[in-house]
Amino acid sequence: MKDILIKNGRIIDLATGLDETGDVLISGGRIKELGGSISAQGAEILDATSQVVCPGFIDMHCHLRQPGYEAKETIASGSKAAARGGFTTICCMPNTNPPLDNAPLITYVNTIAEKEAAVRVLPIGCITRARKGDELSDMMTMAQAGVVAFSDDGSHVKNPQLMRRAMEYSLPLGLPIIEHCEDSDLADGGQANEGIVATTLGLCGIPTAAEEVAVARDIILAELTGARLHIAHVSTKGAVELIRQAKKRGVKLSAEVTPHHLTLTEECVLGYNTQAKVSPPLRTQSDIDALIGGLKDGTIDIIATDHAPHTANDKACEFGLAACGISGLETAFSALMQLVHSGKLPLPLLIAKLSSAPAAILRMKLGSICVGAPADISVINPHLEWTVNTANFISKGHNTPLEGSKLKGKVTATVYAGQVVYQDET
Amino acid sequence: MTNLLGNDSSVWCRRHLLDVQDLSTAEIELVMQTADVMSKQINSPMKKSDALRGKTVITLFYEASTRTRGSFEMAAKNLGADVINMTVQSSSISKGESLINTLHTLVQIGADMIVMRHPLSGAHYCAAPYMQASLINAGDGWHAHPTQALLDLYTVRQHAGDLQGRKIVIVGDIKHSRVAHSNIWCLSKMGAKIVLCAPPTLLPAGLADMRNCFPHVEVENRIDKALVGADVIMVLRLQKERMRGDLLPGTADFICGYQLNATRLALANPQAIVMHPGPVNEDIELSASVLRSPRSVVGKQVSNGVAVRMAILQLLNASKNQ
Repeated sequence: MKDILIKNGRIIDLATGLDETGDVLISGGRIKELGGSISAQGAEILDATSQVVCPGFIDMHCHLRQPGYEAKETIASGSKAAARGGFTTICCMPNTNPPLDNAPLITYVNTIAEKEAAVRVLPIGCITRARKGDELSDMMTMAQAGVVAFSDDGSHVKNPQLMRRAMEYSLPLGLPIIEHCEDSDLADGGQANEGIVATTLGLCGIPTAAEEVAVARDIILAELTGARLHIAHVSTKGAVELIRQAKKRGVKLSAEVTPHHLTLTEECVLGYNTQAKVSPPLRTQSDIDALIGGLKDGTIDIIATDHAPHTANDKACEFGLAACGISGLETAFSALMQLVHSGKLPLPLLIAKLSSAPAAILRMKLGSICVGAPADISVINPHLEWTVNTANFISKGHNTPLEGSKLKGKVTATVYAGQVVYQDET
Repeated sequence: MTNLLGNDSSVWCRRHLLDVQDLSTAEIELVMQTADVMSKQINSPMKKSDALRGKTVITLFYEASTRTRGSFEMAAKNLGADVINMTVQSSSISKGESLINTLHTLVQIGADMIVMRHPLSGAHYCAAPYMQASLINAGDGWHAHPTQALLDLYTVRQHAGDLQGRKIVIVGDIKHSRVAHSNIWCLSKMGAKIVLCAPPTLLPAGLADMRNCFPHVEVENRIDKALVGADVIMVLRLQKERMRGDLLPGTADFICGYQLNATRLALANPQAIVMHPGPVNEDIELSASVLRSPRSVVGKQVSNGVAVRMAILQLLNASKNQ
């Protein structure tokens, strides 16, 4: 393996307080030398002049669709899309077919990932068998097979007693329970955020209360059991406040928000734009403002993509029948840079929410730039403008409301375990 | 007729009719004028013309309908078109052929115009951009029923004249009613003051924001207050098929609170008219005595419906031929 010398970039890592211009030398898959001007004979040079060098991003929430939905995505295609988006570690959700609810299936994912994945893939196992919400899955054996968390993502575990038991059972495993917080009765089969947009379109609305009732219940159960709860894709102002108060009380709680819930509002679905149909639904500007506030004060720990690839036909149909989700890995960072350019979020904090913060939740020694650390690094050009063209996506999922959007800021190179796994061709 | 269309070709250049919201005031006026001409035609000894001769209209209904479908069929035949009626079980929507493919097939068969009713809101929008044939929305989910709104407007103007400042009360299941949705947009655009009267469980969300779009739309949950001074009362069908038991305690409770009966009708203006898009659940949302009273224009709505739909078919056909 050739050494890599990243030259003259602004190296940012909020976790270690690093923010200086200099070089990074990578050797044997690890960071060997850091800062100042380094010379290394025979090393491959990555020029990062006027660019940012930061820890490789960690996505705690994506859908790789394998096994079962390989037309939408595979571990190979999804992980390559991740590399292009600057991600070096991704956690895949278990709502595959069959769902990842036992150790052999986890081993299957790990085996495929080892052979075919461009970046580190960490599987998440189901909370309940077949995601049906009736009985616990084999959490212990899946933990031994290497899952990093448990989730029935796509559905909320409806039965509070079962959720209590899952939390209790997870305690000795030390792994978080990731909840998709949406009360299905209050959501009522809805298609969009409840309000004037849904009413105008004649769509059944999903009230913010559907999320908040579920968040409140799960916080109370986490408080009761002492388990580690992670709230997936927070989308409402009220949920942010519930999490804020719970954290103040000392509940073991973490939370994530997606790039789309931080940058897009419910108006995106006007005209029955199925590309903007997502679960939970896009909300309003006041929710976005609260989510950004939550990121800044630490209420919301991380940003996760909820990358949800689908085929063209999954979206080319009646709005009510269209699949939920956005293919997000390749646009996440660039979309989020809008928040940096508009002064709403400092760049070092954005990077931390994508790297050191998820590493902390996963309790893994990742997401940091320091000598001896695994060489997972992203190089970013914060000012490079580009236009989203899904025809060029590496992901099989071309489903995004950002098609044709002009974004400013782009990942130009991704180094995973000491190897360049992506380099911008423009 | 040709002159009228010729003169106004700049006003009407749309190929599809998906929603009344899309129409400008000028387009709505053109529909009304054209419907007047059609109304004279169907009331003359020779009620058929050959404006659509050689054209094929296919009605594609994913939901049961008698009057809307019959009305479109009559309208198309009055204009000399050939009509093919197709019914699809709504249970087959999610499986089998996609809607886009179904519509493409009908175009290949030779449809020049497709009149579609679909239980999912916005269904027409996923296919319309790619379609050669004209697509006419005959009702989609809770969203829109544009020809019903246009025929209701036509009927209101026939009886109450100019809508400016008129008070129109819409009573009943507004949340699930595409008729109500389209009428709110259409009638308030034409200057009427709209009062929505329903229990809170049958009102759509976001009405506070709607008042920003339409300052003349108000909510009054109590029917006795809502009806005072009304010029037009639109009673909606209590859509039992859309009700899953948790929105209302039962029909008896609804009758108690919201049925339009003779006593309540007396609260409205003496000349107020009573409308209903049909089919009526007699003695549930509307008492039989009011339905059959001289104040009821329910029958008139149905006959106006044919004229208004003829107008729409002719306008769409003319714009396509340009």
